[in-house]
Amino acid sequence: MAAMNANNLCTSTISSSSSAFLAPTSFNSRAQSVPVRVKRIVVIRCVAAPQQEQTAYKTNVSRNANMAKLQAGYLFPEIARRRAAHLQKYPNAQVISLGIGDTTEPIPEVITSAMAKRSHGLSTLEGYSGYGAEQGEKLLRTAIASTFYSNLGIEEDDIFVSDGAKCDISRLQLLFGSNVTMAVQDPSYPAYVDSSVIMGQTGQFQKDVQKYGNIEYMRDQLTQLVKFAKENGSIIVFDSAYAMYMSDDNPRSIFEIPGAKEVAIETSSFSKYAGFTGVRLGWTVVPKQLLFSDGFPVAKDFNRIVCTCFNGASNIPQAGGLACLSPEGLKAMQEVIGFYKENTKIIVDTFDSLGFKVYGGANAPYVWVHFPGRSSWDVFSEILEKTHVVTTPGSGFGPGGEGFIRVSAFGHRENVLEACRRFKELYR
Amino acid sequence: MYKFLVCTSLSSFAVVSQPRIVQASLRVQKDGVGHCTKVPRNVNMERLQNHYLFYEISRRKLEHIEKYPNAKVISLGIGDTTEPLPEIIASSMAKYAQALSTPEGYRGYGPEQGNKELRKAIADSFYQDVPVKETEVFVTDGSQCDISRLQLLLGSNVTVAVQDPTFPAYIDSSVIIGQAGDFKDEAGKCGNIEYMKCSAQNNFFPDLENTSRADIIFFCSPNNPTGHAATWKQLKKLVDFARDNGSIIIFDSAYASYVMDDCPRSIFEIPGAREVAIEVSSFSKFAGFTGVRLGWTVVPDELLFSNGFPVINDFDRIVCTCFNGASNIAQAGGLACLSSEGLKAAESLVHHYMDNAKMLVETFTSLGLEVYGGTNAPYVWVRFPGTKSWDVFSEILEKTHIITVPGSGFGPGGEEYIRFSAYGNRKCILEASQRMKTLFS
Repeated sequence: MAAMNANNLCTSTISSSSSAFLAPTSFNSRAQSVPVRVKRIVVIRCVAAPQQEQTAYKTNVSRNANMAKLQAGYLFPEIARRRAAHLQKYPNAQVISLGIGDTTEPIPEVITSAMAKRSHGLSTLEGYSGYGAEQGEKLLRTAIASTFYSNLGIEEDDIFVSDGAKCDISRLQLLFGSNVTMAVQDPSYPAYVDSSVIMGQTGQFQKDVQKYGNIEYMRDQLTQLVKFAKENGSIIVFDSAYAMYMSDDNPRSIFEIPGAKEVAIETSSFSKYAGFTGVRLGWTVVPKQLLFSDGFPVAKDFNRIVCTCFNGASNIPQAGGLACLSPEGLKAMQEVIGFYKENTKIIVDTFDSLGFKVYGGANAPYVWVHFPGRSSWDVFSEILEKTHVVTTPGSGFGPGGEGFIRVSAFGHRENVLEACRRFKELYR
Repeated sequence: MYKFLVCTSLSSFAVVSQPRIVQASLRVQKDGVGHCTKVPRNVNMERLQNHYLFYEISRRKLEHIEKYPNAKVISLGIGDTTEPLPEIIASSMAKYAQALSTPEGYRGYGPEQGNKELRKAIADSFYQDVPVKETEVFVTDGSQCDISRLQLLLGSNVTVAVQDPTFPAYIDSSVIIGQAGDFKDEAGKCGNIEYMKCSAQNNFFPDLENTSRADIIFFCSPNNPTGHAATWKQLKKLVDFARDNGSIIIFDSAYASYVMDDCPRSIFEIPGAREVAIEVSSFSKFAGFTGVRLGWTVVPDELLFSNGFPVINDFDRIVCTCFNGASNIAQAGGLACLSSEGLKAAESLVHHYMDNAKMLVETFTSLGLEVYGGTNAPYVWVRFPGTKSWDVFSEILEKTHIITVPGSGFGPGGEEYIRFSAYGNRKCILEASQRMKTLFS
């Protein structure tokens, strides 16, 4: 068997999703070994399995050098590995996960019944549909435009429906190619950096500063950002996945800023609004006014990417998305968001009361807790070891995250309360 | 400098209509108002040919409908499934979706590689004899996306070989990632891609002895568009060729379930394939999931880069970074497909389409046309010697109101051929056969 690099271990049985306690599997395996095929002529397995890496057959295809630049695995599977290792050590521990930002509450009925209805419809002549428009179903695009972008001059054909922001980020990178330079917030969601590395836009990882070469790590305010982009001729890829968690008057869309249509792309998602983390539905807005340096419209190239490298989001989630944007669906989503915001408040209050400097939590379901002078992976391990609560170390989001821990507010209420009780005990 | 939209030799005409976006841009250039960013357009995107085959066909269809508003257009063009999903599969998805509104049934992020049960079911159902481990199976939202993820994995510094004719996405994704070089108008080919001709003259299997080495070989069998299913002997040649050259085969088995005879359904039936091949497959054509979006890719543990690094490790990283798993509802449907009842139902759908294909093959043969495919794949590949395929496409459309696909849309090796898809309800297929009889008799 080929030996595997421990850092990149393909532990495909470990999910990077989290559940508070191990949830039962969702469906009975009805898979049976039913051979559909005509029996094969006996296959002669004449090649013995290679014993060591040195004697194993190697192709002559060079490994993509960009992949080799990547540091270890993607952040969240790494957290999942640590959680699994912890569970092995403490098999009876009631592990609570406030690590990965995975929604936990059931999807409102008005939304799931629309998806069930669409599913049933697929088995009827009238209701069956095959390939859909790669850009998404027209009704859904219209609903997204009118719900989130009315009065902002964004139209239905500026909207591209997707199977989620993470995938869209990579498709945008494919669009831009390797000859552009990137700037990211520091700290930031790891997919921006990682996709940039894969695309070949960055240099090698510099261990001393914990940064990839050729990426600008920025330590900000949206009007200034748009002005900066305009002056520099840059394109902002604005991730608004958590816009509906906003409590204050802050902009929920980059397009609220005048001039943004000429400098920005916005990507968003139903994941954190409707609990669609597993269902997979999102969207990206590419305004017609956004042009490359030669005047060519970015939307045209993104459309081409979407038609060549994608085949549309699943039609059933799209039916769910449409239900989300009905008045009843919007109301239901607001309730779920409200629930997670209450969780956030509980966590913020807990760390406040313990004397920590706490950031975030008012406009997002994440609480950013400062542990000055400490390595965030050490704090992560300490919290995990002593309270059996999984969090996310700030340095996983970039060197600017060092000294911080991210506590996610997604969880069942009892788990959040219990986790806070344990935090109080640990840090009393 | 904005380039005027002109089609190249992939088609024999110039695009006349200009989409709205283009007009906005031209206005910008003319008036000098409007901000241009300083971000250079990706030169690879510039290299992409300016239309996508099926878009062009849609456009022509719309034009035709405008011209003949009362015509009953029959589409044997894009290979889109038409028959409703079997009830057992649709209701399992409905049930799963409904359960997402309950505490017990709710699921958030799943493993990016796919749900464990489904991975196992795929390994057990399709690779029982070969075998393939469940950990080597990655569940996806379809082959089109997987091909691009594989390209991301491989990067721009590898060379690629494709069959000619071929499903366009292998070439287009190769251009986008920067492997393909410039398009050569006269030849109708990308400069850096090795085209392996597959025609009637060589029984639709490449002459490997006269094929140059490429790092990656895209191979689809049963083939879209020719309908040819490679034999065991032919695939053994391919695997040996790859092995001798240290190449990796990306084997597209999307139509495997349409094989009616003894031809292999998986590259892994060939000894040695595990060390040289990746297999990409799909529920689209097998279960009618073209809109539901579900497929899988198999990357064997033994497949290594030249430095000994396992390809599967990098693919896993791509899947975790650039993807977030196939929709859990679609995965529930996939699992239902692979139950014994589901498999039976899917199989009868496949047979329905193959009966369509048989009908078309019989019709065309009786008309004295040169007919290929249609026996192991839902595509019938008809040769009209000495013609330009877009001309034949237009004539068929004009005179019978049937949409087909001109062979040159799949590469220069497709010139002289027309692809007829066997996807359609029985009535349409019968009607189409009738109209073809009228045209050619």
